[in-house]
Amino acid sequence: MKWISSLLLMAILSFAACLFLPWWSIAIACFLVALLIPQKHGIAFLTGFISLFILWAGMSYWISMHNDHILAGRMSQIILKKEDPQMIIIVTGLIGAFVGGFAALTGSLVRMSVKKQPLQSLS
Amino acid sequence: MEGLCHFFYTLQVIKFAMRYLLLFLTAAITIALCYILDTRTVLPAPLGRLLGPQQGFWQNAEPSDADFSADLHFNTLEGNATVYFDERLVPHIFAEKENDAYFVQGFLHAKFRLWQMELQTLSAAGRISEIVGDVALDHDREFRRLGMVYAAEIWEKEMEKDTPIKQACDAYTAGVNAYITTLNSSNLPLEYKLLGYEPELWSNLKTGLFLKYMAYDLAAHENDFEMTNALAFFKKSDFNALFPSLQDSLDPIIPKGTVFSPPAVVPVDPKDADSVYFHQTDTATAVENTKPEKANGSNNWAVSGSKTKSGSPILCNDPHLGLNLPSLWYEIQLSVPGFNAYGASFPGSPGVIIGFNDSCAFGFTNGGRDVRDYYEIIFKNQSKTSYWYDSSWKPTSFRIEKIKIAGKPDFIDTVAYTVFGPVMYDNNFSGKRNTGSKNYAVRWTAHDPSNEMRLFYDLNHAKNYNDYLQAAPYLKTPGQNCVFAAKNGDIAIRTQGNFPAKWKGQGDFIMPGTDNRYAWQGMIPQNEIPFQFNPERGFVSSANQRPVDSTYPYYLGRDYPTPRGMIINRKLSAMQQITPKDMMLLQTDNYNVFAEMAVPVILKNLRMAELADEEKAYAGLLQNWNFRSEADAKGPTVFDLAWKYFSDTVYFDEYANAPEFTERPLESTLLEGIIRDSAFRFVDDIRTNELETLPEMVTRAFKKAVVDITKADKENRLAWGKYKDTRVNHLLRLPAFSRLHVPIGGGKNIINATTEAHGPSWRMIVSLTPETEAYGIYPGGQSGNPGSRFYDNAISKWAAGEYYSLWMMKPSEQKDQRVKWKMQFSKS
Repeated sequence: MKWISSLLLMAILSFAACLFLPWWSIAIACFLVALLIPQKHGIAFLTGFISLFILWAGMSYWISMHNDHILAGRMSQIILKKEDPQMIIIVTGLIGAFVGGFAALTGSLVRMSVKKQPLQSLS
Repeated sequence: MEGLCHFFYTLQVIKFAMRYLLLFLTAAITIALCYILDTRTVLPAPLGRLLGPQQGFWQNAEPSDADFSADLHFNTLEGNATVYFDERLVPHIFAEKENDAYFVQGFLHAKFRLWQMELQTLSAAGRISEIVGDVALDHDREFRRLGMVYAAEIWEKEMEKDTPIKQACDAYTAGVNAYITTLNSSNLPLEYKLLGYEPELWSNLKTGLFLKYMAYDLAAHENDFEMTNALAFFKKSDFNALFPSLQDSLDPIIPKGTVFSPPAVVPVDPKDADSVYFHQTDTATAVENTKPEKANGSNNWAVSGSKTKSGSPILCNDPHLGLNLPSLWYEIQLSVPGFNAYGASFPGSPGVIIGFNDSCAFGFTNGGRDVRDYYEIIFKNQSKTSYWYDSSWKPTSFRIEKIKIAGKPDFIDTVAYTVFGPVMYDNNFSGKRNTGSKNYAVRWTAHDPSNEMRLFYDLNHAKNYNDYLQAAPYLKTPGQNCVFAAKNGDIAIRTQGNFPAKWKGQGDFIMPGTDNRYAWQGMIPQNEIPFQFNPERGFVSSANQRPVDSTYPYYLGRDYPTPRGMIINRKLSAMQQITPKDMMLLQTDNYNVFAEMAVPVILKNLRMAELADEEKAYAGLLQNWNFRSEADAKGPTVFDLAWKYFSDTVYFDEYANAPEFTERPLESTLLEGIIRDSAFRFVDDIRTNELETLPEMVTRAFKKAVVDITKADKENRLAWGKYKDTRVNHLLRLPAFSRLHVPIGGGKNIINATTEAHGPSWRMIVSLTPETEAYGIYPGGQSGNPGSRFYDNAISKWAAGEYYSLWMMKPSEQKDQRVKWKMQFSKS
């Protein structure tokens, strides 16, 4: 359950942050959520990855559908060098996913470093 | 025990270090990803910023059911204004105060076309390097050195003297800026996101720059360097035969036989012109980097009620310009207490440019006169502070051009100004060629004070022929053939503009800049502008041909196309009981009158016996061709290639040793040459001892052409539409934002003058019946956003020769079902 709430929080926070801040604020959002909600590192990465993939691919799909994929078709020609609206949606999702995943992993690692005592004294 | 302890301690240190290393690594990856995806340092585009759905390009993907309705408040407004958008997104603006209409027009131009407006003015101002870096430096330097900004500044001063125009420009600028201030990283036009820059605020000067950009496009074409080279290279008799000042086939705008009054200005040619000027042997040492498109021409005509079915005049216009997306034009209706006008407007400028109001209609074709001349300047020394003119050293003034370059330090260009104008080429800048030993100043009418905005303002308000007469003289540069028709039945055309009164041959070549007798001695007075008013033949027309025959007392240069004017006049003369539908067929007509004259000569001289079977088959396509350049016809492709190779074959030997930039003769010169005389002097190959004949050359050229024709045939693109392959280019030449392979016929010398990327940019037909009946279309759409369904929605219909009915909306029609959205503007 924890990872589902993380996933949702990451998506909601990322969305809210991008209303005011540049796109890379998704990294801050995922980092903070992973910092506050403890999870295994691997799970944290996956949560950030999946959360942002769903958010970014989902949003772009929604926008593109209402646009009859006109612009996705054109932009895919420029970015992917072939007309493929679906693929540009997936690429959008993946870009968000990797940034989100790595930011969440960083958050998770910071949490562990802060929480665990540094070197124990031996004497 | 201690050893074991030490072992565990070391292990712990390693684990600790690993943990931090991992943390450090992932943190570094995260930051690096954000950086790489936000900048262009590693990837060619900032993919994160560009693809982020809340700010990137996705925000420009306009929903197909987008709602354009809005309720807006601005404190600069004087009253209320309402915009009704119809199903094509054409705004019908109803404003209580005239200036508010210009405010709204500026707002809408910016909302739908901001990026192109700014790009065109940045280009005019020589500021492209700011965006793309020093690849554009030569362009920027050339435009600055041509004095584009200097010209726009002079325009602004002149415009400000005219209060209504100043107010209109101010309101327009305020409207553009009202929109620009609503922009943020999400709703920025797509091209800004792609190129990574942001718009700056609009100003009246930018409107001036836009107008000067049009002046450049339409009135900066000249061939002085190329002609000087031709003069220096060819024998005098050859030169005169290659570049005659009149074509046999000329059917001038003002018909032959018109009587002109004696000239008020009699320019005197310098006594030494024959020995000095017409005898230049030195090939010129500069040439422009960029030239305005020579084919920038147009058709317009008006027929009087005596020739129409309704009994009311019909006015038609189709300006031929580069086919671009976003389109140069933006359709609009402006309805204010003073007037009610509809037509095509220029994003960048207030008012309707080509259109109609409740009383009359107006349109333009390019005059094509030579109003840009070069003078060779002799400086006293390297400092360029003084130059020799009229037997003494005259001081120059300097204009410092600071060119910002993306990613590099500014470039400072110092340009000397003389009595003629800026010294465009000198040892610092010599265009395409780098000899740099000579200095050339440019004299261009676009530098002279003018207030062209007043022309459009007055035409928008015009009620009758007299108003048109009052308006016309405000058009100085670019000179245009202004056609007019009114509901009272009047039709008229004026070959309007500010044209130098030249002695014969003046300005065809580079002139000495040391002698005032070579300077322009005066301008052609307004009352000697050739015009026609309600002519007996029942129509007026123009298609960029020479405006008058040789009886006109002023010299007009030698570079005018004749065929389109010929076919238009032939057709209009024959037409009776004309309807708007007939006019649509005429505007989109694909008959090639040049081919009608040329094909018989080719076929007469083609030695069929010497042709192989395959070659005969292609000659057959030419024989069976009806001279109509339809998209699916194959004859036009065969003709196009056969003529091209014929022309190359005839002139190859003469031009083999000519300087690189030497003027080429008009194609009608060659055609008329061989029609007049089969022993046309250039037909013989001067490199051989034998005398080559016309049949020999035609056959030789045809065999060469067949190689290309066969290739096209094998690739299944022999059909004219496929071979010509018309496209409508995005301004950045991005294929993804362009419309490629547009299926359309027509071409050069044809009324439907659609070539590869050039052609009728706005087709308009206005029948001035009591209830105006108007039609129009342009190859684009009302939105400049490539993510909008209104971006290129008219292209297919345009290519098919179809029209939209233009709706002059009445205030009572607010509930009409054509109204799809409503935008309210009120004072805050």
